[in-house]
Amino acid sequence: MHLHAESARCSGCRACQLACSLHLFGENNPKKSALAIVPHFPDPGTFEVRVCTQCGVCADACPAGAIVQNEQGAYTINAEECTGCLTCVEACPEQVISTHADREAPFMCDACGDCVAVCGMDVLSLR
Amino acid sequence: MYGYGGSILRVNLTSGEIRREPLPQELARDYLGGRGFGAFLLYREVPRGTDPLGPENRLYISSGPLSGLLVAGAGKCDVTTKSPLTGGYAGASIGGMLTAEMKYAGIDVIAIEGKAARPTYLYIDDDRVELRDASAYWGKGSLTTEKALKEALGESFQIAAIGPAGEAGVAYACISHDFGRQAGRGGVGAVMGAKNLKAIAVRGTRSIPVAQLERYRELARAMYAACKAAPGLEAWQKYGTAGVTTWANEIGAFPTRNFRSGFFEDHSGLSGETMRAAIVVTDKACFGCPSPCGKYSYVRKHGVHVEGPEYETTALIGGNCALASIEDVAYANYVCDELGLDTISAGNVVAFAIECYERGIIGKADTGGLELRFGDVDVVCTLLRQIAAREGLGAVLARGVKHAAETFGRGSEAFAMQVKGMEMSGYESRHAPSMLLSYMTCDVGAHHNRSWAITYDIARGRDAVTPDKAAKVIELQHIRPLFDCLGACRLQWVELGLDLGHYAPIVEAITGLPRSWEDLLTISERVWNLTRLYWFREVPGFGRAWDAPPPRTYLEPVETGPTAGKRTSREAAERLLDMYYEQRGWDRDGRPTPAKLAQLGLAGL
Repeated sequence: MHLHAESARCSGCRACQLACSLHLFGENNPKKSALAIVPHFPDPGTFEVRVCTQCGVCADACPAGAIVQNEQGAYTINAEECTGCLTCVEACPEQVISTHADREAPFMCDACGDCVAVCGMDVLSLR
Repeated sequence: MYGYGGSILRVNLTSGEIRREPLPQELARDYLGGRGFGAFLLYREVPRGTDPLGPENRLYISSGPLSGLLVAGAGKCDVTTKSPLTGGYAGASIGGMLTAEMKYAGIDVIAIEGKAARPTYLYIDDDRVELRDASAYWGKGSLTTEKALKEALGESFQIAAIGPAGEAGVAYACISHDFGRQAGRGGVGAVMGAKNLKAIAVRGTRSIPVAQLERYRELARAMYAACKAAPGLEAWQKYGTAGVTTWANEIGAFPTRNFRSGFFEDHSGLSGETMRAAIVVTDKACFGCPSPCGKYSYVRKHGVHVEGPEYETTALIGGNCALASIEDVAYANYVCDELGLDTISAGNVVAFAIECYERGIIGKADTGGLELRFGDVDVVCTLLRQIAAREGLGAVLARGVKHAAETFGRGSEAFAMQVKGMEMSGYESRHAPSMLLSYMTCDVGAHHNRSWAITYDIARGRDAVTPDKAAKVIELQHIRPLFDCLGACRLQWVELGLDLGHYAPIVEAITGLPRSWEDLLTISERVWNLTRLYWFREVPGFGRAWDAPPPRTYLEPVETGPTAGKRTSREAAERLLDMYYEQRGWDRDGRPTPAKLAQLGLAGL
């Protein structure tokens, strides 16, 4: 099960990012979310959505072995084992392993689906 | 403070002093946010008789308690100042991402005073706040400036900028943001320009605390679910406000040729369906919006990208200037956006000039040899550029339609479509008395957004001039501007039918302050009465005469279309005003009575 995004439908509202930060940290902060909305304006005028595909490249790259699959099969970063080396951030092909000044460890999507529920444009789905 | 950024950012452009004040709890309690903050601070801090374009005027950019939170449509920001267009209260709403970003930077209000010695932009990166040189951007268009600042600072910064019209002090210059969102009305962009403030760049990385986290998340989920289940969602997502165009024409409300008619014979080229098929490339939302009305377009014929046109632009630049092609309207929209002109006032003023030319009130000696005629995009865009540069005829038109009519004279005042000096927006209202009353009594001038009552006229009977119509206008004037206090959009309610019962509980869960819907409406009524007091304080002789409709609405019947032959008599308009004042608790001159002020906690003002 992983998140899928149809970028062409995205209107850039960022409700998904807010839902994500609420799920991950109980906070209202799109800059603590694990999916990316990249606007391309004024030309060509499109939004690019990048999401975790659960490809596992990060887990293979992590030298501390801190990225493991949870009970639902989604990769997650164990903050206690994470050394903060950011190798996973570099390795992520979708560039959706995120960091924030407040947090020592990076964070990533656990395929919870909260973002899907608030997306008015049906851009996001769990597959 | 739960739900708020927690501070007012004070910026003095004359001295360069920048400081943060904690947001006063009483301000949040009594005025809620957004428009409420702006109205209160303007009334209290800007001295009576201040020159709108002088350094003493202040510009308040305010988010609300819902801004930047998981609330459908939580992307609205209020801009309040003393209006250079009307000399009274100006409160303009702007969507996009600005309001949310301010909150993430811990800011509820950016309060700007003074005047910078040279072109400047305000840089905010969380706690790092600086005034920076903007010489490189001065003279550049709004869209060009936004792009350049994003390239210089990074995509994560949100930019609000003015164009050449704001720099030149055009009385209806706007503030632009997010490549197509504007604080459009009342000349807020001219106030920025007069302060030598070209732009504001904001980035915030903090979290907004809420009082009752789980309750808030539950209410938010329910709100988004209700929006997604709304029957009207699909059509609204497809067409946005442009979906109204065909309907407005069918009911004879589509302003055409300077409001001579409410029906445009060439409307099919302007419809939402035509627009979607011909030019729209992307649906574009404000923060947190599940039902984006923003339609981002590429106009192949003219080689430009533009957000829109919105209905209002299609009404005032399209029908009102008789442009029959959506590509041409979109191009003129782009020209306005880059110049930093409010499309509503600009379209209204241009149509007025064309009518003056047709009637021989002005001639080629006034236009520099340009032949003004309806239906010509080149004429429209030439005038728009002259207005922004304040050159030729543009020097007169740049001060608004009321001033232009006073300058041209010869009876042109009768068809200057304005109230309180603000150009009328996109609803021809001669056969819609409650919509006409909405325009007459709107607290910024002839704008539709405080009370969009035209559907009530249709439901209730368009000829009726009855107390319930005044009551409906008052009801809407409390509900709709309440959203501008909350920092959220009203269109989920208006267009998707989202139940108003969603709002008070989520405000309560976010802020932790007990609030009923009635409490919130009382705040909105307080703000409405405060802005009325501001007009009385600032405009010599202000009163009932300032609520009069444009003479065309009672002197001339509609020329063509489904409302042909209809008008609302002056006597009927006066009766509506009597009913309205009485129900508001205002005297016969439209002044709030001491009893009403006491009831609203405004005694002594």
